[in-house]
Formats: sequence, structure tokens, C-alpha cells
Amino acid sequence: MIQLIAFYLFAVVVIASGALTILSRNPVHSVLWLILAFFNAAGLMVLAGAEFIAMLLVIVYVGAVAVLFLFVVMMLDIDFAELRAGVMRYAAIGLALAVALVAEIIIAIGAWSAGGLQLGRRIAPIESDVPNIEAIGRLLYTRYLFIFEGAGLVLLVAMIGAIVLTYRQRSDVRPQNVSRQINRRSKDATRNMNPPVGQGVEL
Amino acid sequence: MTAFFQNTIGLPFGWAWFVATIVGILVIALPLMLAVAMIIYADRKIWAAMALRRGPNVVGPFGLLQSFADGLKVFLQETIIPSSANKVLFLIAPIITFTVALIVWAVVPFQLGVVLSNINVGLLYILAASSLGVYGIILAGWSSNSKYPFYSAIRAAAQMVSYEVSIGFVLVSLVLWAGTFNLSGIVDQQQGHVLGFLNGFGFNPLLFPMAVVFFISSLAETQRAPFDLTEAESELVAGYQTEYSSMSFALYWLGEYANVLLMCTLNATLFWGGYLPPFDWAPLYWVPGIIWLFAKILFFFFVFSWVKATVPRYRYDQLMRLGWKIFLPLSLTFVFLVSGYLMIARVGLPA
Repeated sequence: MIQLIAFYLFAVVVIASGALTILSRNPVHSVLWLILAFFNAAGLMVLAGAEFIAMLLVIVYVGAVAVLFLFVVMMLDIDFAELRAGVMRYAAIGLALAVALVAEIIIAIGAWSAGGLQLGRRIAPIESDVPNIEAIGRLLYTRYLFIFEGAGLVLLVAMIGAIVLTYRQRSDVRPQNVSRQINRRSKDATRNMNPPVGQGVEL
Repeated sequence: MTAFFQNTIGLPFGWAWFVATIVGILVIALPLMLAVAMIIYADRKIWAAMALRRGPNVVGPFGLLQSFADGLKVFLQETIIPSSANKVLFLIAPIITFTVALIVWAVVPFQLGVVLSNINVGLLYILAASSLGVYGIILAGWSSNSKYPFYSAIRAAAQMVSYEVSIGFVLVSLVLWAGTFNLSGIVDQQQGHVLGFLNGFGFNPLLFPMAVVFFISSLAETQRAPFDLTEAESELVAGYQTEYSSMSFALYWLGEYANVLLMCTLNATLFWGGYLPPFDWAPLYWVPGIIWLFAKILFFFFVFSWVKATVPRYRYDQLMRLGWKIFLPLSLTFVFLVSGYLMIARVGLPA
């Protein structure tokens, strides 16, 4: 009963916030709706028994990706008139994407009555007594090891690529030498001249 | 507790579970609010003592009721919403901070078997919930539509994301050793962990540096001094909460201290044995576990206050350097060392 209520609650909120993500006019609001959608999708995954994936979704997408997203969007100076002017230019691509998505939805609904999946013949049948994390770990580090490592490599290359592309050597700045700052003592910077009364200080 | 409502009162299982959970939440949240009020008082007293002042000493005996007087004052004030603020987000932001500070307590084990929700992914749940905490601050800064709160929000976002990275790696090395994400499981693993006598991962020489990194990161994560750049009063007025007043301000205040308490609890639970006594010696187990846990929490809270009273605020670039150039490589190295040691100790060298 409570599971059913929770499912419909999460599902409705996911769909509603997904719709509001594209409908809201303020980009910051869009990101916030997107975050709400992520969050409720995580709730759905908990209901489906995939608590590890749910937590990862929240940690990675809500906790890191969306924060950076929000960071960028908040600082953007968005000109709405210009944005709207560009709509017609991309109308064709948008329409193509929309048609593809509609087709997918129709096929998905068509598969509704096609009968159940043959769960017994899956590559990784679920053992109900093994915790989620362990099951994923076993699969990830045995059967899918090379794909997993490959994905890690791709991310590493992407990261290094981004750094190489944006890094520029600047000669006009004086970088801080932290160890020099820490080792600096007051006698390195100040002198007590203690001049007699009536005389100036020679520096 | 579910069984009690099911058998004694005769509710069907679903309702018994529901009522038991609500009661459990109240049993944790209400004393927590009281604890937050007292911990604010304690913080001010410790801080005052280190500055050779008296601290709050007027309201009630020894000033014990000071926090409640402050609460009443704040409650009776007018809630001011700036006319150019984004009203909905402006009001939601403190609620997020406060709620996030409360929900994490659901997985904290207070004693053997005393935990609201004993889930398998407890540690990940804590990480997930604490990563939500940054939204309360970012939204406050943005929706206030005022420049100092906005600066503060940007600082907070960068700071919390940076330190969560190193916290993540610290927890990875911890979980490698414990072999579970379940918090009660982690506490159980710490029993007699070092030499069969010391309870706590923190006594382990390979994990002690991680305990220190975790402690400092938890200072940064809760925006306490010396990492309180988000509310650096000499630069940003009061940071993200500049435009807040009355209860919306009080929610930040409570949420902040609830977060501090939570971080103290996590330090105690993850590295220093949680509800276990520090030594694995039978007479020490006669003291209830919750007393040990509270003693450890109070100890860490004292250290938090001590740091706040004595350490000057970091510069922003120093903060980022510490997070990315020192803690991240350090914690990565220790993930490598810990997993290497465990591989040799538990699996053995490859022939």
C-alpha cells in the first residue's frame, strides 16, 4: 500500500518536474526542476530495490553535476529575446528529435502487451540474498572489467583533454609560493630601527 | 517498535510500520532540537572561556536558557522578504538546509540495534544527503538577489564540492576496511580493531591520517571556522544569510548547528568506535553505548569550538589549495595504501 502510494508520488513528481524543466522561463528554475526530477527518480530506484544506483544518482548528479550546472547557469547573463530568435533556426533538428522520441514512446507502449522478459535467461540473474553493491561489484570487476576500465580511460582522456585545451601559460602573473609564505618570519619583513629622538629613519 | 504496535495495539503491519516510523522520527528529532539549543549555548560558553569572557550568563541559571530566549526573540520578529527577491526560492532555501540537517540522522546508530533505518547503503545515504546541503546555501544566495549573498553562495558551492571529493575518498578507504556501507556494520567492525583491544578505526596507523583529514574536511563541510568564508563578516556582511530575518534565519542557525552535531557524530561513529567504549574491556560495556556515543560527540564538538576560538580564517586560495592539492592526493594515496595492505593481508600475495 505505502509502496504503491510512494510509487505514484515519485512517478507523478518526476513527470511533472520533467515537464516544468522545459517549460519554465527562468533557466535557474529549470535546473532546480531537473534536480527535483533526479531526486524523485532516485526514489523510484529505491522502490525498485536498486538502492546503490539511487544513492549514486543523488551523489553524482544532484550533488556534483547539478551544482556545477547551477553554478554556470546562475552566472550566465541570458538574453531571452535572443534565445527565442534562435528557435526557428534549430526547429528542424528539434522536430527530428521529437519525432524520434514519439516513435520510441509508441514502440514502448506497443511492447506493453508483448509478454514478459525471459528473466531466467539474463546474463546476470539477481540473487536476492546478495546486497546490491556486492552484486554490481562482482559483475563490474569480472565480466565487464575491460568495458569498465575502458570507460574510466575515456573519462581520464577527456579530463586531460579539457585541461590541455584550456590551460594557458601566463607570464604576467606572480604565482604564490606557499612554502615561502609559510616560512616567512616577521624579522624577514620588518626591522626595528629604534632611532634616537629628533632623528629620522634611514631606510 | 513495529512489532509493539502490531501485537500490543493490534494495528495491521503497514499502519504499525507507519506509526512506529513517525514515533521514531519524533524520538530522534525533538531531542535533537533540544541538543542543538544547548550546543549553541555550549559553543558560546567555550568560545567565551577561551577569550577570557563570561559568555551568556543572564537568562536562567548560568545562562542555560539563553538559546531559548534567542529562539523566542527570533520567533516574534517580522519575516522580511526583500522586494526584489525570488520569494518562493527565498523561503524554500532555509527549509532545505534545515531538512537536510535532520534527515541524515535516520541512519545514525545510537546503540547496538538502535537506529531508525538500518539500510545497507547508510554511508552513501549520508553522502547523498550532505551533498544536498549545498542547495540551501546556493539558493539562498541566488534568490536574495543581492551581491554579497551571491558571492557567498558561489564560495559555498565551490568549497563544499571540493571537500566532498576528499571526504568521498576517505570514506572509500574506510569502507574497504569495514567491508560494508552499513553504519552499524562499520561500528561492529571497529570492535577490538587494533591489537584486539582498541575500538576504533582511528587507532589504526593506516587510517589515522584519514581520520584527521575527515575531521578537517568536516569543518570545511559545515562551514565552521577556519573555513567559514561563506559568512566572512569582514568581506561579505553575513554571507548567504544577509537578507534573512526571523524564523527563516533561525532555520539556518539550527540547521548549521544540527549539521555540526551530525559531523561530530560521524567522526565518532566512523573512526572512533561510535557507541563502543574506546577499549575492548568488559566492565566498560556496562555503561550504555549511547553514553559513549554522546561523550565522543561532545568531545568532537569541543574540538570544533576550540578550533573556532583559536584558528584564524583561511584565505580562499589557501582553502582551495588545501582541498585539491593536499587532501585529494593524500586521500588517494591512502586509498591505494589501504587497498594494497588489505589485498596482501586478506588475499595474500600472488604466487
